[in-house]
Amino acid sequence: MSTQYDLIVIGSGPGGYVAAIRASQLGMKTAIVERESLGGICLNWGCIPTKALLRSAEVLHLAKHAKSFGLKIENPSFDLETIVKRSRGIAAQLSGGVKFLMKKNKIDVIEGTARLEKGAPAPKVIVKGKDGKDTPYTAKHVMLATGARARDIPQAGLKADGKLVWTYREAMTPDVMPKRLLVIGSGAIGIEFASFYNELGSEVTVAEVMDRILPVEDAEISGLAEKDFKKQGMNILTGAKVENVKPGKNTVTAEITTKDGKKETKEFDRVILAVGIVGNVENLGLETLGVKVEKTHVVVDGFGRTGVPGLYAIGDLTGPPWLAHKASHEGVMCVEGIHGKNHAEPFDASNIPGCTYSHPQVASVGLTEAAAKAKGYDIKVGRFPFIGNGKAIALGAENGLVKTIFDRKTGELLGAHMIGAEVTELIQGYVIARQGELTEQDLIHTVFPHPTLSETMHEAVLDAEGRVLHV
Amino acid sequence: MAINITMPALSPTMEEGTLAKWLVKEGDTVKSGDIIAEIETDKATMEVEAVDEGKIAKILIAEGTEGVKVNAVIAVLAEEGEDVSDVKAPAAAPSVSRPEPAATSPAPQGRKETAPAAPPNPPSRSGGGGPAPKGDGTEGASAVMERPSGARILASPLAKRIAANKGIDLKAIKGSGPHGRIIRRDVESAKPGAQVASADVAPASPDGLILPQILDDRVYAPDTYELKPLDGMRKTVAKRLTQSFMQVPHFPLNVDITLDNLLTSRAAINNAAREGVKVSVNDLLIKAAALALIDEPDCNASFTDKGIAYHKHANISVAVAVEGGLITPVIFKAEQKGLAEISEEMKDLAARARERKLKPQEYMGGTFSISNLGMFGIKSFASIINPPEGMILSVGAGEKRAVVDEKGNVVVRTVMSVTLTCDHRVIGGAEGAKWLNAFKRYVETPEAMLL
Repeated sequence: MSTQYDLIVIGSGPGGYVAAIRASQLGMKTAIVERESLGGICLNWGCIPTKALLRSAEVLHLAKHAKSFGLKIENPSFDLETIVKRSRGIAAQLSGGVKFLMKKNKIDVIEGTARLEKGAPAPKVIVKGKDGKDTPYTAKHVMLATGARARDIPQAGLKADGKLVWTYREAMTPDVMPKRLLVIGSGAIGIEFASFYNELGSEVTVAEVMDRILPVEDAEISGLAEKDFKKQGMNILTGAKVENVKPGKNTVTAEITTKDGKKETKEFDRVILAVGIVGNVENLGLETLGVKVEKTHVVVDGFGRTGVPGLYAIGDLTGPPWLAHKASHEGVMCVEGIHGKNHAEPFDASNIPGCTYSHPQVASVGLTEAAAKAKGYDIKVGRFPFIGNGKAIALGAENGLVKTIFDRKTGELLGAHMIGAEVTELIQGYVIARQGELTEQDLIHTVFPHPTLSETMHEAVLDAEGRVLHV
Repeated sequence: MAINITMPALSPTMEEGTLAKWLVKEGDTVKSGDIIAEIETDKATMEVEAVDEGKIAKILIAEGTEGVKVNAVIAVLAEEGEDVSDVKAPAAAPSVSRPEPAATSPAPQGRKETAPAAPPNPPSRSGGGGPAPKGDGTEGASAVMERPSGARILASPLAKRIAANKGIDLKAIKGSGPHGRIIRRDVESAKPGAQVASADVAPASPDGLILPQILDDRVYAPDTYELKPLDGMRKTVAKRLTQSFMQVPHFPLNVDITLDNLLTSRAAINNAAREGVKVSVNDLLIKAAALALIDEPDCNASFTDKGIAYHKHANISVAVAVEGGLITPVIFKAEQKGLAEISEEMKDLAARARERKLKPQEYMGGTFSISNLGMFGIKSFASIINPPEGMILSVGAGEKRAVVDEKGNVVVRTVMSVTLTCDHRVIGGAEGAKWLNAFKRYVETPEAMLL
């Protein structure tokens, strides 16, 4: 195997493997180092397998409501093992797909755990293989794409044990259905699992330390989501602090201090820890190279440059938003920056859509209403409920809202926030609008197909102008 | 078939402008691409290019005419084989704009075949005697701006809106988006009032005379600087100074001048002056320079294509630094003006210069320039000549220096160093030296200015 590369990427998640493909397209001799499975967390333990689980939950949900569609399905039920098996199968299929893509693009896959040593023009990459032997590799450029993992807060008694206190990893391969489930943290990961287990019949409690769930979303959307989840039977505690999560023999106890200051110890069968993400910065040799790390994340510029010659970092490792599509995009930007390819654009974090695949789905891009006001914008806000959309009613999905926020002065779409069926598939329309710097007029003049859910997006723009049609 | 040459628009909002200069005269043969005239608004100058070949049959608008409406016919071109004397001026009054879409919209220049062949009520077609129209529509637009102004401006809707809000002309902006698209950040970093200058704004060649200093990511990483698009003034300054420095043979002459008498006189003058008048050292230097130019008329001269123009009056251009560039308002006939008048005029011109509110006739027509950096403590420097002027005086700081006087004693005097930069095509070393001596005499013996 050749050991002289133009680029070595460490980590084969959606950031790393996409960067490697782009580098190969640009004619760079590229290798990728992976310690576990190609595709990283996203494909194996994140985005994709959870979507498979949530799809099972969604189908179950529809089956339960079959009657309202005029269908007869007696006592719909599920087999947990098969649901998990399906999810794992999909992960394996996609990991195999990445392997094929690496081969097709002539990217060398190096199995093992990488660390860096000082070197020029870029740090040297030492890979400890499965056999425990070190092999050195050199490249002109080295990209760190080692990702992130679930955060523990041991000082507050929040630590996963992998048996009764789960992280996302165990939560997506359950062997039994927990009867009583506590989800700590109500970001996208926490809410998706809460939604999945709730649909499958667990008694789900979500504890969020902030005053609302999905705290990064627009407050109005958070409120609607909370209302909907409560209606589905979820117990939601906002402004609640969880401490001393103690696994016992078969159950877990947790101390929960609620909004009104009452402290209670409650018993659960399982607990899912979803209190944030820490970057995988350890054991890479970053200290000896003088790489700047802040709060477990590597500090980089808009092209992923770390300040150490020849060393770059992208994706979750470099900080929020911790999203696969952010990592892929950063990876491509970084490679194009290295290559000096025509029109490399530095990474712009302001236009990264965020999606939560719960039931109902939540999707957003840009500024929330509060953030836009705080930034001093004079704003116009438009809203449109799904109940005014024919397709939504036909789908039996009339719960939902689209909200748009425009700068009154320039017509810029500052932010868009959506909750309801398939909004994760719709949000890209607004992302394109923002990327293309379209104004409210351009969106108004755009023809949206009828009947589709996307018409709600048009109406939400019209509403901002005071000319909504269907409410 | 006679072809009308019309007044082009420098910007989409421009309604009228000044026809600054004709570079051709009646009877001249021009071919497509030849620069035939210069037009101006404020500080932006634009060259008018001929689109068609032919002979200039008639010039309808004299150079220096202000307020020429966009699309007004400014000249008529006779095509090959056509008798110039047969061409008649169009019936429409020159200052009345014509409703000819082909000339109004720059677009047809890029795709002539679709230009309307028969615009409504075309006054130009009333000219008789010419050959029959070719019928291919090519007689549409006749004059264009130097840049193919018809080229579609690629800009995002948001960039367009912000530009409109800020009063920025998108033509003056270089796009940094995909395929050179103008995006929000480009207009946000542009200054309000940015206008197209005569220079072409194609990214690769900012100006035919300026070295193509292409911004290359390999030299300066994109995040290491902030890019400010060139506005009209910056382009004009860059173009004129580059032309001057490259084409005019410069030579400098230095002299030290004692200021004590001038400072004493200035105090006395200001004591005696009416309320509100405060003559500055610079005002006195303007007057002294003007008188020296009248004393040495060989130095009050411009090299031109037709010969050396010896000016009868001393019109003193004074360099004023303004945000984003430099401008030189002119004190006309300074030799005839009193100090109070010079002082007040200068104050007014400098203030309006800083607001970019000078009219072209207030910064054109100088015969000599003064640039003073004394207030910044600069000891001496040599300015670049402001063409078509023949000389420029660079004034350093007045400072106390040890000087050996006529009796051989070392005494303290307030002295300033000045540098006279001359255009060697019109001014020899001896002439320059004579002028400097005259200037020095006025400054050191200010009473002489009263004679």
